[in-house]
This record gives sequence, C-alpha cells and structure tokens, in this order.
Amino acid sequence: MLTIFGVPSAALFGQLLIGLINGSFYALLSLGLAVIFGMLNIINFAHGAQYMLGAVAAFLLLQFTGIGYWPALIVAPLIVGAFGIVIERTFLQWLYKLDHLYGLLLTFGLALIIEGVARNYLGSAGLPYALPESLRGGQNLGFMFLPNYRAWVIVVSLVICFGTWYAIERTRLGAYLRAATENPTLVRAFGINVPVMITLTYGFGVALAAFAGVMAAPIYNVSPQMGAELIIVVFAVVVIGGMGSILGAILTGFGLGIVEGLTKVFFPEASNTVIFVIMAIVLLVRPAGLFGRGA
Amino acid sequence: MLQRNGEAIGFVVMVVALMVAPFFTYPLFLMQAMCFALFACAFNLLIGYVGLLSFGHALYFGWASYLSAHAAKVWGFNPEFAILTGTLTAAVCGFLAGSLAIRRQGIYFAMITLALAQMMYFVALRIKFTGGEDGIQAVPRGKLFGFIDLSNETTMYIFVMVVFLAGFLLIYRIIHSPFGEVLKAIRENEPRAISLGYKTDRYKLIAFVLSATLAGVAGSTKAITLQIASLTDVNWPMSGEVVLMTLVGGLGTIFGPVVGAFVILAMQFKLSSVGEWVLVIQGVIFVTVVLLFRRGIVGEIAALFKR
Repeated sequence: MLTIFGVPSAALFGQLLIGLINGSFYALLSLGLAVIFGMLNIINFAHGAQYMLGAVAAFLLLQFTGIGYWPALIVAPLIVGAFGIVIERTFLQWLYKLDHLYGLLLTFGLALIIEGVARNYLGSAGLPYALPESLRGGQNLGFMFLPNYRAWVIVVSLVICFGTWYAIERTRLGAYLRAATENPTLVRAFGINVPVMITLTYGFGVALAAFAGVMAAPIYNVSPQMGAELIIVVFAVVVIGGMGSILGAILTGFGLGIVEGLTKVFFPEASNTVIFVIMAIVLLVRPAGLFGRGA
Repeated sequence: MLQRNGEAIGFVVMVVALMVAPFFTYPLFLMQAMCFALFACAFNLLIGYVGLLSFGHALYFGWASYLSAHAAKVWGFNPEFAILTGTLTAAVCGFLAGSLAIRRQGIYFAMITLALAQMMYFVALRIKFTGGEDGIQAVPRGKLFGFIDLSNETTMYIFVMVVFLAGFLLIYRIIHSPFGEVLKAIRENEPRAISLGYKTDRYKLIAFVLSATLAGVAGSTKAITLQIASLTDVNWPMSGEVVLMTLVGGLGTIFGPVVGAFVILAMQFKLSSVGEWVLVIQGVIFVTVVLLFRRGIVGEIAALFKR
C-alpha cells in the first residue's frame, strides 16, 4: 500500500476528507455568525442550538409527515429561520442599544432553553437519519473512496458560502446591508426599512445554521448536544479568522477543518485541541485575527 | 474595615445568617453554596469592576479542584497545602490565559476565554491524572495544619466559612483600594484611563489573575469539602452557571454574587427531580434577567433604597 510520511495514503486522504467535511460545517456556521454579527452586533450564542434545530426539524419532518431529505433541505431552514425572526422580534430588538455582552448572555439563555427542551423530548442519545436514496454509494478515485454524500456536502457548502459572500460584497442588496451596519440612520433616510432588514438578516443567519444542520443529519447522528459541541470550536474559528470578514470566516472554516483532519492522522491526541492552540498562536501574532481589521 | 454603613450591616447580616443557617438546612449544601459564592465573587471582580466578561472561569475553578484533590489524595498534602497547590495552579492558568485574552475586548474577550477553557477541558478529558469521566474521587479531607480534623462536619463548616469570608473581604478590599478605582476607571472609559497615563493592559491582567486565583481558592476548597473533583467543574456549562449566579444577584454589587449563588444552588437543589428541565429554567432566568432585571436582585434592592 502507498504510504505518505509513513502514513497509509487511504487513511491520510480519509482524514483529509473528514476534515474537509467538518470544515464545511465550520465555514457555514461561522459565516452565519459573521452575517448576524455584522448587522445586529450580537454574538449569536444560540447558533449551535439553531443548527441542532435544523437537524431535528429534518428528523421530525421525516418521522411524522414523511417529508424526505430534499424538501427538508428547504423546509427545515424556513421553519427554523421563521423561529429566528420571532426570537429577534420578541427578544433581541430590545438589546441593540445596550452593551454587546447582553446579547451574548441572552442568546446563551436561549441556547439553554432550546437544548433543554430538545433533551427532554428526544433524550440524550443520537437519532439516526438515513442517507437520501440518490446520494448513496460513492466513487472510487483510485487513491481513495469518496462517498457521494460527502462530496455533495462539500460542493453545496462551497456554493452557499461563496454565494453569500457574493451577495454581500458584490450586489446592491449587499451594499445596503453593509451601509446599514456603518450608519443605520443615514440608510434609513434613503427610505430603506432598516429594522426589517435587520430582522430578515437574523432570520437568514439562523436559516443558514439550520441548513447546515439538515446537511449534517445523515453524517452525524441527530442529537440535542450536536450544536453545543460545535459552537465553541466555531467561536475559535471566528476569533482566528477575524469577525469583520465574510471571506475570513469561510477560508478559516475550511482551512481549520483540514488542519484538524491532518492532526488526527499524525498526532491524534491533539486533534480536539489543535484549533484552540492555533487560536492562541494567532492571538499572539495578530490579535485582530487573520482576516480582521483593527481591534 | 467596611466603609459604608449599608455594606457593614449587610456583612454582619451575612455572617450571622451563615452561622445560624446550619441549624435549619444541610451543612453540606451550605458549604457547597459558599464555595460557589466565592467563585461568583471572584468572577464578579472582573465583569462588575473591570467590565470584562470571562466566559471560561470553569478553567480556573475546575483545574484548581483537580490539583488540590490530587495533592491531597496522591501526594498526601495537608488540606491547607492542597488548597494552596490548587490556587497556584489557577493563578498560573489565569496568567497564561489572561495574557492572551486581554489583547481583545468585549465579546471577543468572552469568546477567547471560553475557547481557552474548552481547550483545557479536552486536556482534562484526555490526560490520566484527572481520572477522565470518573474524576478524582474519595479525596481525603485530612487534618488542617496537621491537628484540626476536617472530617468533623462542624469544623469543616467553620473552615469553609473562614475561607469564604476571607476571600470576600479581600475582594472588598481590592475594590475599594486605589487599584480598584483604576479598574473602575478602565471599565467606564478605557481610552481616558490610558490618556491619564495608566498602563491599562497591566491593570486588566492583574485583575484577571486575581480573579482566576480566587476562583481557584473556591474550586480547591470545594474539592476538599465535597471530596471530589470532576469534569463538570471544568466544562463550559459551569462557566455559564457562574455568569448566571452573578447576573441574578447583580453585576458589580458586592453582595450580588453571594445572593445569586445561594439562589441558583437552592433552585437546582429543590428542582433536582425535574431532570433536564433545570436547563430550561436556567435559560428562562437568563433571558428574563437580561431583558427585565439587568441590575439583579441586590442591584434592584439597592436602587429601591436610593429612591
């Protein structure tokens, strides 16, 4: 068997693939966080819980209404996104004038509520979600076996990430969004309804998390804890990438997924902590993050 | 020692209440509550007086409890040296994490402290001496200074109370010292403090290390009292819990964290039968306090008296 640096190539590429998959989720989630932070100035601690809700929604749709994976990919983010809009209108809108910390604390409370309710009704064990029929099987690439579903996840998240980046950085709507984060009063004077824009942005960010959740359902088990475990890693990704930058969120997400995968091959004990270690090093060298501007 | 009348009365009431309480409720519960109260006071030193929200204080609390438990059990240290070992551990961890975290402010600071704490949680999960999922159990309470037997419940209670009150008074002293005034100036307006010539980063780091160290005293004392050090103490929900305690009691009030710790612990104790719903109830309290009672219990009462 072919070996690279003393590691069987199949294992190396296998871990690289897992890293790329994890990276897809890091990128999607940190992208959602960045979008919400940009508009609302709130660190959405409930992001992990909303990701979990996406997976749970897909599971429940299949279980009780027979709605399968493909429709769920649209329906579940819509439901969870609508839930996000309700949250923004009932809770978050009162906090914009206060210290940012209150937003963090409130969404932390929301995360506890959502996770607690999920645990009560679903139990702590994971629930299986079957792969969609059309994406079973895989390709033999010669040097490794690539399951179709994993290839699909990587491609879709790349498309979504760069689609969002394009929408925000290159379109008129994105220009309004960026202008509103700089100076909401002025943008309002141009006749643009900024509060509605803020609400929809939060809904979009939440829907993005839920979308990631639906995509994660067939790979990881659907469990109430799945978001809580991920969110802290995503926070580290955000600190490394620099919160100001959409592109930073995407590139750091994928990059760190790969680094984590490689660590699992060469030094498995450190695979859980490597991202945090990188965060510490980046903070020493560039406190604003790799793609961040200022402090 | 205590400057303002209201605070002096409050302190006397607290001491009397702590002396009488064991006759009405479980001493073990009270000892645990005092450890958490000290932990919350240490946390409040940062958020309430410097304006820094550390979301990773479980790191200092938990690792101090591991090291003191290990020192007492494996190295056979007397309880006072075991607690000292844990406290020093927390101080070193606080210095390392603090030097990194104070490079950023506000929510970034919160996220960095949280991420660093989670890193050390994974370390605790992996390495041998922490006992992984089992934790360090059957920690001996030992003899204080070699002759005061702490296996006696009353002696233990008095010891924990002395530690708690000493920590509390130290924090009070820090807040009302010139050093504390600089901290408050940094909280109110950091650029102005810098322009006045204060090296604010150095002040923030010292405050961070002090807070981590006192959290370490709390964690070490808890490990000796309850005779166990476990993963729960070092995992992130613990960091959230100490935020909740302080928030409920009142950020930036001297008695707030104490009241908050007792309220939250009593709630968990009474509600232990409802299982996972405790999580939901804590979340609801979080949301309610942030939306409606940002001053917390003690803060609201103080505001009532001021009118």
